[in-house]
Formats: sequence, C-alpha cells, structure tokens
Amino acid sequence: MKRAAYYPISEQAMLVEFGQEISEELRNKIRLFTDLLDQQNFPWLVEYIPAFTNVTIIFDLLYFKENPGQSHERIQEEIENILSSTEQETLKSPDSEPVKIPVCYDEEFGMDLDEVANYNGLSKEEVITLHTEGIYPVYMIGFSPGFPYLGGMTGKIAAPRKEKPRPKIPAGSVGIAGTQTGVYPLETPGGWQIIGRTPLSLFDPAKEPPALLKAGDSVQFYRISKEEYNRLKES
Amino acid sequence: MSLKILQSGLLSTIQDNGRFGFQKYGVIKSGAMDPYAHRLANILAGNPEDEATLEMTLLGPSIEFTEDHIIALTGGNLSPKVNGQPIPLWRPVFVRAGAKLEFGAPVSGCRTYMAVSGGYELEPELGSRSTYLKAGIGGVNGRALKENDDLKIRKSDLLDKAAIKNSEAKAIAASWYMKPDYTVINKTVRYIEGREYDWFTEDSRSGFNTEEFTLTSQSDRMGYRIEGPVLALKEKRELLSEAVGFGTIQVPAGGQPIILMADHQTTGGYPKMGQVITVDLPHLAQLKPGEKIKFEKTTVEEAQKLFVQRKKEIDFIRSMVKDKIDKGVL
Repeated sequence: MKRAAYYPISEQAMLVEFGQEISEELRNKIRLFTDLLDQQNFPWLVEYIPAFTNVTIIFDLLYFKENPGQSHERIQEEIENILSSTEQETLKSPDSEPVKIPVCYDEEFGMDLDEVANYNGLSKEEVITLHTEGIYPVYMIGFSPGFPYLGGMTGKIAAPRKEKPRPKIPAGSVGIAGTQTGVYPLETPGGWQIIGRTPLSLFDPAKEPPALLKAGDSVQFYRISKEEYNRLKES
Repeated sequence: MSLKILQSGLLSTIQDNGRFGFQKYGVIKSGAMDPYAHRLANILAGNPEDEATLEMTLLGPSIEFTEDHIIALTGGNLSPKVNGQPIPLWRPVFVRAGAKLEFGAPVSGCRTYMAVSGGYELEPELGSRSTYLKAGIGGVNGRALKENDDLKIRKSDLLDKAAIKNSEAKAIAASWYMKPDYTVINKTVRYIEGREYDWFTEDSRSGFNTEEFTLTSQSDRMGYRIEGPVLALKEKRELLSEAVGFGTIQVPAGGQPIILMADHQTTGGYPKMGQVITVDLPHLAQLKPGEKIKFEKTTVEEAQKLFVQRKKEIDFIRSMVKDKIDKGVL
C-alpha cells in the first residue's frame, strides 16, 4: 500500500499528500517527511514547500532528461522507499520545545486588545493570560516571507477580523483573526485584531535560515514589558 | 564601468533565474517574467545564463552609458533607440560611452530584457539578484530602478575582442542575429489540468477550453487577472492553502481566473483550473492588458518533452553564439 498520494502538478513539481484534514498527527508526519528530504540530498530535489496536508516537491527535470516522461514515477518510487524504511519513526512525535516569542501587549502595540477583550467578555489581562498559555503548532509558512499559519488557539479569545483593514500594520504585530493567531513578519496592510508586538524579526534575509519559524515547529508567546521590548529591539 | 538611469520607465527591475530553496519560508521565487528572453539576452551578451538582466515593462527607461558596453536586448519590442537611431533586438549591440538608450512605443510584447556584457555588479541576496519588491531584497536595494541610479557593470572580455575600433557610430549592431523560436503572436497557451479541474462544472470547463479571455489592467508581476466566461464550481467547497507556482490558474469565488506570475505568493487556497506549461510562460509574460488569449489542454508528459526540447534549443543557440563571439564577430 502506498504511504502517500502523488499528484504531478507541473513538469517539475510533484505534490505528496498525506491526508485531507488538518491534524497534529499529519503535521508530525509532514515534519518527519521534510526532515527525511533534508537528510537524503536527492540530486533531483530543488526545494520543497510544506502545507497543511501535503508537501510540494520541486525537482530538476533535466536530471531526468533522457526520459522526462518518467520523472514523476521515479520520484514517487524514491519517496516511497524513504517513507517505508522509516515506518517505525512516524509513530514518534518529532516535535521539540516550542519557540518562545516575547510579546509586549501594551496599549501602544496592542491597539485592538480592548476590542478582543470586550468581544469575549474578558478583561485585557485574561486575554493576555489565555494567549500566552497556548502552544501553537506551525502548520506552514506562506502568504509572505516568514508568516506562520498557527493552529491551536482557544476559542475563548477568538475575534472577527476588522471591518476595515488597516493600510499599514507594523512588522512584528501579533494578531487574532477568527480562531487564528499569528505574527506579521513585514509591514503590510491587514485586517487582523492587533493585540501586541514582538521585537523579534520573523524574517531577516541576512540570517540563515531567513525565517525564525518553519513548518513543524510550535510557538509559545510570553509577555514582556515596554522596557524589555526596547532592549530586545536594540540588541 | 556603469550605466546611469535618467528616467526609470514604468517598472524596471533587475531579475535573474529566481531565488531557489526559500519557498518553504514563504520567500517567493521571483525571477524574469519571460525566462526565455532573459536567458537569451545573457547568451547574446556572452554572459552566464544565471547572470542578472534588466527587465523593462511597456514604457522603457532612459539610460546613459558612461562607458563603452556591449548589450543585448530581447523579449518584447519596446522600440529601443540609441541617440534617436533604432537598434535591433536579439543580437549583441556595441554602445559607445556617452550614448543614450531610450524606448518608444511598444510594437510587440510587453517586456524587454537587457543584458550587459560582464554583468550587473550586484550582490545576490538569499542566493539571487532578483528584485523582490515586497520584501525589499535583491536587485538594487530591493526596489525598482529610479532616476539617478548608477548601475555598475563588471569588466567584459567581449569588449576587447569585438572588432569595433574603426567606427565612430554611437551604436553598432552585430550583423547576425537569432530568430526567437517563440513568437508573441501565438496567443494560445497550453496548460495541464489543475488539482481541482473536476470541481468545475462541465460548462465552465468547456468555456475555459474554447472561449477567449482578455488580460485586464489588474495584471502585474504577481498575477494576471483575465476576463472571460465565468468559471463556476459544481458545489461550494473549501480548500486548504497549498503550494502554487508560476503559471497556476486559480479561480476565486467570482469565477474570473487569476494566472499566477513570477512574483506569486508561495501558497494559495483557491481552486486550480490548470497550470500553464513552462514553455508557454513567455507568451503570457509578453501579453499586454486588453490582449486576448485562449487555453488548450495538454498533458504533463507532453509539457515535459517540450521543456527538455526547449533546453536543447537553448544549448544549441549558446554554442552557435559562443562560436561567433569567440571570433570577435560583432
């Protein structure tokens, strides 16, 4: 039996699907698979893009130029081989410690903290406590450089998007949209309810890797003061 | 060795073959909209194919050459002129220090590529010189060219080899040229079925395969919005975001497709009608707003065959051009 479903989505891309629904188990499977890809050094592999339920593999078609029509089949075989030889490990969770992200929830940064609190009939302090208690799995990075799609937020602090998106949201802003929470890595327009800001760069092209997070990580936020924010921002 | 930008043009950016390996971090691939014209510009200027070129859009810039240079222009014909004299595309052209390169009306196509022999002296960022405007990386400080920019050019051996010493002309075009195998007149674009092809109604699929679509003015390096018959799903269905590519034809709820182009986001959550095959992307890149296209379905295998064939053609052209250049035949 095959361990994944395979879709040739272009001349040089193959989508490897592990399931249909978002789940912790699937996220672990995908993390394990991308770890395997990192270890294998397949000569045809250009890069891969993990998503909620699948991983898209970009390959070098010229590696198969003697028989390009068989490239997808051969890649499928090689992937099935690495997946079957690591069957046992899929049972183990490859999850490590969550990445700790400092957030200043002061009014200056958390413009919509009041609104989120009122919407849920909570105090601002309660919103902050609930937001910092959660451990949020990173399902994928997309939308913009370093932007994490996080899961696992409690419904107790869920809030609808702003009716009027802001033309500019500063980099590092931490927000809530529906039952999702997230961080804006770059200054962009956006409709999320902004509850705080982190001094960390989620995307820094001068760093290797350029993004703080990757699919398969998990995140926990912790509260810092304005002074600490400024100190971390400068360092 | 440098070029001075007198006027920026509509959108002039430095591009190369793109940024690889960072899509998993949400960093887009970018690169030339017309990768074929980009490659050939480099080949004709005697550069490696991964060298950067200048991509110019519809209204070209105005550029002063402060030193002698050999350039090659490829892609769409935006009426290039040196000191008022038209110069041809698809061949090396010697341009003398002090000369001014300008562009006029777009005769055919939408994007011209300029390679300068020796290459633009720019540091790659995340492995590429392609300009990624949103993240502000690559190219010239991560932005489009603007007035008074100075583009440094690396020294070129080609300049010493070229037999141009006996003339005073501001521009001397090579007597030979290559005839591009793609033509911007061909407006039928081939595609392979997208993952959600079967989600669309039969009428929608048939409309997509037979009727014309018009490129709207809401089209840029990120994506092309096209207008034609409305493409509807059999039933409303939710889709999780997943990787998309250059040429992915996605259909938002309104039923009018968006074709993702070179600066597309790494992931998308709209149903995908299809994927334009790689060898036809240059046709799209050269399309102007208001122009029409049709779609024709093909298979992955056929697309792969054409891809490899195109690569062989480019290799052949490179060896021919190298032969000319080595002999100093400008």
